[in-house]
Amino acid sequence: MVDTLRILIVDQNAERATILEEGFREAGYHSVSVVREVRNLLRRIVDLNPDVIFIDLENPNRDVLEQMFQVSRSVPRPVAMFIDQSDAATIAEAIDAGVITYVVDGLRKERIKPILDTTMSRFNAFKKLRDERDNARFALEERKLVDRAKGLLMTEGGMTETDAYEWLRRSAMNQSRRLGDVAQSVIEKAGVLK
Amino acid sequence: MILRRLTVGFLPLLDCAPLVVAVERGFAAAEGLDLVLSRESSWANIRDRVAVGQFDAAHMLGPLPVAATLGIGQLKVPMVVPMALGLGGNAITVSTSLWTGMQSQGARPGADPATLGRALREVIRERTLDGAAPLTFAMVYPFSCHHYELRYWLAACGIDPDVDVELVVIPPPLMVDALRSGQIDGFCAGEPWNTLTVMRGVGRIVLPTTAIWRLSPEKVLGLRADWAASHPEETAALVRAVFRAAQWCDEPASHAELALLLARPHYVGEAIDALTPGITGRLRQSADGAPLDIPDFLVFARHAATFPWISHAEWFCGQMLRWGQITRATVAGAAAAEAASDGAAARATYRPDLYRAALQPLGLKLPSADTKSEASAFFDCP
Repeated sequence: MVDTLRILIVDQNAERATILEEGFREAGYHSVSVVREVRNLLRRIVDLNPDVIFIDLENPNRDVLEQMFQVSRSVPRPVAMFIDQSDAATIAEAIDAGVITYVVDGLRKERIKPILDTTMSRFNAFKKLRDERDNARFALEERKLVDRAKGLLMTEGGMTETDAYEWLRRSAMNQSRRLGDVAQSVIEKAGVLK
Repeated sequence: MILRRLTVGFLPLLDCAPLVVAVERGFAAAEGLDLVLSRESSWANIRDRVAVGQFDAAHMLGPLPVAATLGIGQLKVPMVVPMALGLGGNAITVSTSLWTGMQSQGARPGADPATLGRALREVIRERTLDGAAPLTFAMVYPFSCHHYELRYWLAACGIDPDVDVELVVIPPPLMVDALRSGQIDGFCAGEPWNTLTVMRGVGRIVLPTTAIWRLSPEKVLGLRADWAASHPEETAALVRAVFRAAQWCDEPASHAELALLLARPHYVGEAIDALTPGITGRLRQSADGAPLDIPDFLVFARHAATFPWISHAEWFCGQMLRWGQITRATVAGAAAAEAASDGAAARATYRPDLYRAALQPLGLKLPSADTKSEASAFFDCP
């Protein structure tokens, strides 16, 4: 199925915009444009004449976009997805995913629903990816801290590597703290003593 | 004691201070509240997240909840304002080159708004004769005090804000770059953005808006009307906590600690040097100038700064009508115009009754009137 709806994505995050763009193409929407720069945005909107606009919620230029809708006579006025109060749950879900939708007045709800679903699932996929990456980075940093703390306990506390690790692990468990936090305080204390 | 958790949205601006202090200095906990502050990146996000119930309350521009009640600007969700978060704190800053142009037309540092406006009008007249593009001024949001103060000043000085200049919205954190790159020639915003522009040598503060309108309204605490109605105790506790926090913010002895708190990355996240001038009202207007004392530049508590004057909301409604933000072209527009002109929207949104209900038990002396004369505080008042 090929849908003729014109979709515009305003997203500063290139990776996420690509994920979203791909999602739309797979779903059969072929008139998809991505804008990352807010400069000349009004010109782009006039040229593209989109039916639906998505903008990521972290984007401070959301206020700029709304002002454009309000003052410009050259574009049909898109409105935020607050068609009626029954949409509040859907909107809240979209906000959680990190995206807000503007649709041209009069566009039927049934036509918007599948687009919104695609957007939310793609935004959520991106979020998951980012969280995983953050966790991986966090784990790496934690391991570095533990290694440094272990080294300190060995050189200054005269422990073996196994004892040092065991000591850190038990301290973390007893104090209900993360292993990295305990390692951090060992390193800080060593810094103070020096 | 089990604390009741409330989520409150804010934007990283100096005047989010009472909310930050309510959390950090324990005023919220003393009222049985666990306030979770959520930093946002746009006013539209603040509005929507209050509308869908993700935020129980938020730091808002005074006109924003009035616009939401009226249903102009994207959505119609009745909101209430049980208290204000302070008065003033804005300034108009222009690029170095525009200031040079204004100086050649008689503008001097610290001149009154009429003189500065006359100089700007002459610069605009010359540009028009030369066929140059109109000057572009930025503000932060269409339903904002900054927007109305800028328009008021321009219009009072014979400059038509809809014809003689271009007005655009720029998010405050992007203001300095927009001025540097020549995308805009000036802006009206709160602190620390004027001071940051000066510190980075990009422009000059020409006018604190207190010179245009003394003790003018600015940010408020905004809540969804139905939430406030179904949570009277939480609303009152929140008002008391933020009221005490605002009193703390106003004390000169607190200013150093306040700057330190706001400088934290999850609050305003700018350098202490950039935050202090706005807090103390001692602003450097140009990179090479001495700091200047501006009395009552930003007021958190004194002069009844937290009282939600209905006359403030009425003035906003007047500006919405004056500048065509409400159009009678549709049925909904005609209804909004009616509610804006007869004071119904102002009374429904700004709620001194909620303020009194929260604070009367403390035995404080509170304003007994709901409105006051605003006209006498404007620079062009005869």
